[in-house]
Amino acid sequence: MEIFLQQIVNGLVVGSVYALVALGYTMVYGILGLINFAHGDLVMVGALTALQTMMFLMGVAPGMSPIAMLTLSLLVAVPVCMLLAFTMERLAYRPLRNAPRLAPLITAIGVSFLLQTLAMIIWGRNYHTFPQLISTTPIQPIEGVFITPIQITIIIVSALMMAGLVLLVTKTKLGRAMRATAENHRVAALMGVDTNMIIALTFVLGAALAAVAGVMFASNYGIAHYGMGFMPGLKAFTAAVLGGIGNLGGAMLGGIVLGLVESFGAGYIEQATFGFLNSSYQDIFAFIILGLVLIFKPTGLLGERVSDRA
Amino acid sequence: MHTNPTSPLLQLSGMQVAYGGIKAVKGIDLELYRGELVSLIGANGAGKTTTLNAIAGSLKIAGGEILYEGDKVHVLPAHKRLRRGIALVPEGRGIFTRLTVEENLRMGAYTRNDKAVIEQDLERVYTMLPRVKERLAQVAGTLSGGEQQMVAIGRALLSRPKLLLLDEPSMGLAPLVVEKIFEVVQSVAKEGVTILLVEQNANLALEFSQRAYVMESGRITLTGTGTELLTNPKVRAAYLGEAA
Repeated sequence: MEIFLQQIVNGLVVGSVYALVALGYTMVYGILGLINFAHGDLVMVGALTALQTMMFLMGVAPGMSPIAMLTLSLLVAVPVCMLLAFTMERLAYRPLRNAPRLAPLITAIGVSFLLQTLAMIIWGRNYHTFPQLISTTPIQPIEGVFITPIQITIIIVSALMMAGLVLLVTKTKLGRAMRATAENHRVAALMGVDTNMIIALTFVLGAALAAVAGVMFASNYGIAHYGMGFMPGLKAFTAAVLGGIGNLGGAMLGGIVLGLVESFGAGYIEQATFGFLNSSYQDIFAFIILGLVLIFKPTGLLGERVSDRA
Repeated sequence: MHTNPTSPLLQLSGMQVAYGGIKAVKGIDLELYRGELVSLIGANGAGKTTTLNAIAGSLKIAGGEILYEGDKVHVLPAHKRLRRGIALVPEGRGIFTRLTVEENLRMGAYTRNDKAVIEQDLERVYTMLPRVKERLAQVAGTLSGGEQQMVAIGRALLSRPKLLLLDEPSMGLAPLVVEKIFEVVQSVAKEGVTILLVEQNANLALEFSQRAYVMESGRITLTGTGTELLTNPKVRAAYLGEAA
């Protein structure tokens, strides 16, 4: 029973991060029909920018409290990622708005390589130790089930950000304009909506979520490097497809479900395969799920009408 | 506001629109004065919808000018033309099917910030279109064609347009519904909104309009008052289904 509960805790933690990143994929897909493969790399840029800020702060103000340091580093990392996403959309994707679908897709892969290479040039090829400013000493809310304060923070912060995004999209005038633009750019413009602005905003919002996800991810594992966005990016993309790409609720559900499947998979794979495979194979679950979803339910858990857009 | 009341609200001069290299509108001249209801009739593919889309900014023009209140608005993107007072109810209605009816209507008021007046305008739309009011919380995709057309018109009115462009409001609708929609169009015109109406149902359009233009393969071939055109034998033969 403890193991079961422990897997749920672990699954929720990773799942929250996947969900945050998946939202960025799904929002951009919803409005442009584009899979922005460079989105995962924003996770990395967020983490490394935060790391850089922390190093700087430790140098100039060694006595600063960990919470203040974390907050300040987020206040740098989030805008940097937002600006980067804005630039990406403006320079790489907007010129291809009316191009055949393959062109922006391949461009997205190119942008991903570009970001990783630039990060490698700036921060080097090595793994960096990421300051764990929130405690990683586990507590035991239930005997035998461990959770660390940083994990608790990840779950709470993710939930708050997702709630905020849902409120923005469903309850505000801006959110209404985003949904209208997602459905029909031309008619939205006829309503006076500056659709280019709305599309840029969609990229920028997704980037903010990815930056926060990156900082939390690095804080949890205590490590950051230029390629760290690749795997969570792919997993989050899988989560978005699992939930039904283009659907906000789907991205969140998909992220959590994927986190849980991975966690349970890693927890029980050794027993299930009689020791043939162990928990280091946990990454295969995401891709088994991706394969199964694409074969049996390409619209995902909550998705609709993908076929006429993809 | 120091616009001359006798100068046209909208003036197309030599306006051309092309798809790829093919000209769909081959240089047309058209004037619309404040408070007029003018229709643009013609066969399928004559370039009527293209003309409306070009005025609203959904399509770029390939030549000529679009003057609105004396300004060259063809350089503005669609969303800025709406802010100037040009609203288009597009062909096929262009309802946001995944938004609720109320959200659709509120999209019409997107550029406005006068909250209290928006609420009053919404109420006026509800009185004008009682069927719409019963369905505010419904997802607009579930409405019937006639109801969607009502929402589309109501939505356009919420932007408080000076110039309303209506593209085939009768398309695919039952005669009774068409009658209702034209009643609404007429009451909007009475309030002083200038209207340019595109219709395939020429009889109906001419009956309601003060003036009309006849379009044929990208050119304007005839113009006159509604009554003149209704009695013009060429028009009767070509568009009103009478043998020549």
